[in-house]
Amino acid sequence: MTARMDRRFAALASEGRPALVTYFMGGDPDYASSLAIMKALPKAGADVIELGMPFSDPMADGPAIQLAGQRSLKGGQTLAKTIQMARDFRLEDADTPIVLMGYYNPIYIYGVDRFLEDALEAGIDGLIVVDLPPEMDDELCIPALRRGINFIRLATPTTDAKRLPAVLENTSGFVYYVSMNGITGSALPDPSVIGGAVRRIKQHTALPVCVGFGVKTAEHARAIGASSDGVVVGSAIVNQIASSLTADGAATEATVAGVEALVRSLASGVRGARVAAAE
Amino acid sequence: MNQSPNLNSFRGGPDEDGRFGIYGGRFVAETLMPLILELQDQWNEAKTDPEFQKELAHLGAHYIGRPSPLYFAERLTEHLGGAKIYFKREELNHTGSHKINNCIGQILLAKRMGKTRIIAETGAGQHGVASATVAARFGLPCVVYMGATDVERQAPNVFRMKLLGAEVKPVTAGSGTLKDAMNEALRDWVTNVEDTYYLIGTAAGPHPYPEMVRDFQAVIGREAREQILAAEGRLPDVVIAAVGGGSNAIGIFHPFLDDKDVRIVGVEAGGKGLDGDEHCASITAGSPGVLHGNRTYLLQDGDGQIKEGHSISAGLDYPGIGPEHSWLNDVGRAEYVPIMDHEALEAFQLLTRLEGIIPALEPSHALAEVIKRAPKMGKDEIILMNLSGRGDKDIFTVGKILGMEL
Repeated sequence: MTARMDRRFAALASEGRPALVTYFMGGDPDYASSLAIMKALPKAGADVIELGMPFSDPMADGPAIQLAGQRSLKGGQTLAKTIQMARDFRLEDADTPIVLMGYYNPIYIYGVDRFLEDALEAGIDGLIVVDLPPEMDDELCIPALRRGINFIRLATPTTDAKRLPAVLENTSGFVYYVSMNGITGSALPDPSVIGGAVRRIKQHTALPVCVGFGVKTAEHARAIGASSDGVVVGSAIVNQIASSLTADGAATEATVAGVEALVRSLASGVRGARVAAAE
Repeated sequence: MNQSPNLNSFRGGPDEDGRFGIYGGRFVAETLMPLILELQDQWNEAKTDPEFQKELAHLGAHYIGRPSPLYFAERLTEHLGGAKIYFKREELNHTGSHKINNCIGQILLAKRMGKTRIIAETGAGQHGVASATVAARFGLPCVVYMGATDVERQAPNVFRMKLLGAEVKPVTAGSGTLKDAMNEALRDWVTNVEDTYYLIGTAAGPHPYPEMVRDFQAVIGREAREQILAAEGRLPDVVIAAVGGGSNAIGIFHPFLDDKDVRIVGVEAGGKGLDGDEHCASITAGSPGVLHGNRTYLLQDGDGQIKEGHSISAGLDYPGIGPEHSWLNDVGRAEYVPIMDHEALEAFQLLTRLEGIIPALEPSHALAEVIKRAPKMGKDEIILMNLSGRGDKDIFTVGKILGMEL
């Protein structure tokens, strides 16, 4: 049973600020650089880490994350190595919650029971599996919850009032509100619309609601954080990594430093969010 | 499996969750779920609505040209010296293949749902052409996603789609073939859920697509069953069809599934051989996994990453297969066999010379299996093959391989 996620959100609530949830692709562009990025995230101000599991056919992601997945697979990343990365990270950070994010097939091929066992042992706290809606809960969600691993669900603008209770039923950890229809890395929608959607979800659940898709700058993070329990940043970090690589896709000195600088700036955004909301 | 009150039937699936045994299902992003559920509701209403069925039948007769003929291939039969060979001539349909059967059905559904924009994926371009055709016929804008590799090797179909007013978007991600086009179409759909209808071209994807596409294509088997009974007074001994995603195959197979004396044979693309990665034989050489909304046999590595596959035929160049085929294989009702590129190519040439029919490279795979089997069968036995498309689109590919300048 893992309790890091609940502890972290409770601590943030008493601090009175939203969480900064940071996504990166495990193994992009290689294992060592990627692990260094992971270790740098909490030091730069990330509160929750989403560790991407690469998949050859990421049908709900935009070009940035698809390319990151291709770089990672080319670098020899596998699901076993992604779990190992969490294990390595835990050697020096016992508190930051780790959420694995990706698609179902690599987990299905790894074997659901073996996967959950290894994930739990490696110190993983939650799962986001994009192509497992509530209708498919028997596959992974129920077995994961039974073992005490959070199953974090995406709610979207198409998730209507009728459907929302079903989406929230077996969700734990937090709710990930995808603030627009579309793929990752698209443009940012209107913060006031997002605030309304977050309130609508909170009528049905006591879980924290984090908002993602389109957050690129500290200013975005501040605006979104003002009306939510957390801000998820993914494509911007992945793009930052991509822009630091050599023409051959190898890491440079700027790779980890660039992510650190970006996350530090985003962290200042979420820390100013509630001040902004009170103004 | 909770499929049918008749436990002896192979035709009762899928269950209400879209499952054929362990296959099928709805493995899609949450954004798409409400849409897929709405589609399922609309489809459930439409399939029992006499008005919908009437319009479908009318367009089938007057726009597609149904029923397609059942043709006794006399010279091929003589040449092979065994079983009598019949072709279901889907290549004579408007637009040149079976794909139009499904497109007409789905565009009527799109219209019923009030959708104003059509998207589709295509491999060989046959489904893209059929989608562009029905979009033109019903006055809806149409975007077709096509792998960049396929755009190159199927240039005539790209031009046809453009003539029909569709926008063809080349997809460069991955290897630039059908699976990449499908990823891109799904991304478009996720982004434009309000107004857009995704016209999937094969009997795969999330429920209800495998069932719906099968039902639109089952007209092939229903007609063929009646036609062979009229011609021969009995059912065929073997029904053979090529399988990529598997819509033409499930269309001709399904009405015969409960005729237990009829053998059902699906032919997969063996490419350059099953030893390496250059084939698309998902059932023969793959394993079950989850891709594009359904669980089914896939070509994948030990980490669950999807492989690219290869086939001489763009229409079979897909690393998965419709979920109902996976189930029919596992329960033993149908068998699936590979045919290599070169065997398909030889069959293509043989049929052209003997019967004056230029088949597409996809059914040329089925034909190669017919050529293997017929001589070993008695002269009183019957093979029914789905001649699912015509080969005009393939003459450049074949010409290049045979070293002819076109």
